[in-house]
Amino acid sequence: MAKRTYQSGLEKFNRTSKSVNALFTLIFTLLAIACVVPVIVVLSISLTDESYIRETGYSILPTALSADAYAYIAKQGTMILRALGVSVLVTAVGTVLGVLLTTTMGYVISRPAYKLKNFLTWVVFIPMVFNGGLVSSYFINTNFLGLKNTIWALILPLAVSSFNVIICKTFFKSTIPDGLIESAEIDGASQLRTFTSIILPISLPVLATIGLFLCFGYWNDWFQSMLYIDNQNLYSLQALLNSLMTNADALARNSISMGVSFAELVATMPKESARMAVAILIVLPVACAYPFFQRYFISGLTIGAVKG
Amino acid sequence: MSTKLEQRKIRKRIQWRKQDTELTLLALPTLIWYILFSFLPMFGMIIAFKNFKISGNFISNVLESPWVGLKNFEFLFKSNDAWIILRNTIGYNIIFIILGIVLPVMFAIMISLLHSRKAGKVYQTMMFLPYFLSWVVVSAVGWAFFSFDKGILNQFLVGIGQEPMNWYMEPQYWPYILIFLNIWKSIGYGMIIYLATITGIDSTYYEAAVIDGASIWQQTRFITLPMLKLVIVMMFILAVGRIFYTDFGLFYQVTRDSNSLYNVTTTIDVLVFKQLKTATVGMASAAAFVQSVLGCITILSANWIVKKIDSDSAMI
Repeated sequence: MAKRTYQSGLEKFNRTSKSVNALFTLIFTLLAIACVVPVIVVLSISLTDESYIRETGYSILPTALSADAYAYIAKQGTMILRALGVSVLVTAVGTVLGVLLTTTMGYVISRPAYKLKNFLTWVVFIPMVFNGGLVSSYFINTNFLGLKNTIWALILPLAVSSFNVIICKTFFKSTIPDGLIESAEIDGASQLRTFTSIILPISLPVLATIGLFLCFGYWNDWFQSMLYIDNQNLYSLQALLNSLMTNADALARNSISMGVSFAELVATMPKESARMAVAILIVLPVACAYPFFQRYFISGLTIGAVKG
Repeated sequence: MSTKLEQRKIRKRIQWRKQDTELTLLALPTLIWYILFSFLPMFGMIIAFKNFKISGNFISNVLESPWVGLKNFEFLFKSNDAWIILRNTIGYNIIFIILGIVLPVMFAIMISLLHSRKAGKVYQTMMFLPYFLSWVVVSAVGWAFFSFDKGILNQFLVGIGQEPMNWYMEPQYWPYILIFLNIWKSIGYGMIIYLATITGIDSTYYEAAVIDGASIWQQTRFITLPMLKLVIVMMFILAVGRIFYTDFGLFYQVTRDSNSLYNVTTTIDVLVFKQLKTATVGMASAAAFVQSVLGCITILSANWIVKKIDSDSAMI
């Protein structure tokens, strides 16, 4: 108790003056606003009436409120809902697969007595300094593995990253006592069993970290779609938004047009706001989730930065 | 006795045990992934020296297509754009590296000096948001600002009595826009790493400094900055090692692939992607080869230099 008051006393004494603090607060308020404004702009455009946008243009704060874009998505946005489904599926499958592949490798190269430890450590390490480049990867994935226009093209190439494997290895090595694994070995447990019923349950922090990296990575990926996906039925939300940026009319395609012609649909559809509504579908889950998971990110980033 | 024990230990080390088999099986799926998605492309790089045609089976294609020696590279370096692209790639990266260290370190120190810890956390969280936005979303936001007929900036220009500007056709502004966006997107990430180090510094250092009458500025200069040195060096090596790589999304998506901006936005990655899409494989594979090899050399030499100066901070 005494120590506490002494420390807070010191803290009160040893700090910047009030005017400097006010200046810093002002600077950070401006910076923070600059970082959040884009989301607000996108949200307000998606909520603005289409005819208003056509007349006066985009605005930072919504002036003529309207939920037409969202109503349109709910009613006729087959394409958008399909893309949402692809995004969710890719993110879920990719994250689970990626966590399994990453943690098993991380665990194996963290075992000091394992015979192939050095070999596998090199396998993980070499791609960090050298890679085959985009062209050759592209041809391997399309011509050799036949991933073009399949959902696996969005999942497999992103599943493992050496950075994540090293984070896992560092975690296992520093937090799991050797005695624990040895005692499981003495009890006759197989390595798979040790891994699933002893290691994984006590490694939840690192699983959360890797899972979050992968989850946000898959959700935000558009590059794989750009390379490998031509079939619009396999578009993720990111790929859809990307194609809408060049051609918003595409939204009308594939929609349930009961007795309505394509041209009519294009004319009546809230193009501008619907496009931004797709962006909101992408951003909103991320923006709502990341503040809660921030600490797992921080722990992962700091492990990774301290010893890559 | 002791020799017997040692012998048994050595035998144990050499002998292949049941555990080794099990661990190998456990690592097998990931090993296969690495072979398919990391090591196979490394061997595929030989297409840079071949007249590669895209059709049918990849492996037999690679083996059968005729060798052309360095012709693809000649083609690449003789094109007028080679030096523009190199200038863009390295020039932008140098600016990104310098600002990407100075600004986050500065803001991390400033945020740690705020009186209210809670406010600091809120600012930090808000500034981390752009890191989670994809370049496609950023490009949509950019469109909302830069679009000619509906953009917010042009509305503002018209409002103050100026002519509206066709932003996607004006190359002179884009270097600043790109630098701003890159810093804007990555600043939260950098701040978090430096801030984590700052909060980990033992508070007794500061107490001792206060007793000796050190000002806040002196504490920052002689305690905080030296304690951050290791992380700064680490981040610096990682960034220098990637000096031949650029963020494709920033240079291609945000600029909407505008041809008028070609001279200020084309980097190696953009070139490779565009060539790949037009199916002129020769030049693309040569450019990708140059990028991979130079990238490998820079990361190893950056690490080597750091090892000479301070062996603890080296990565390898």
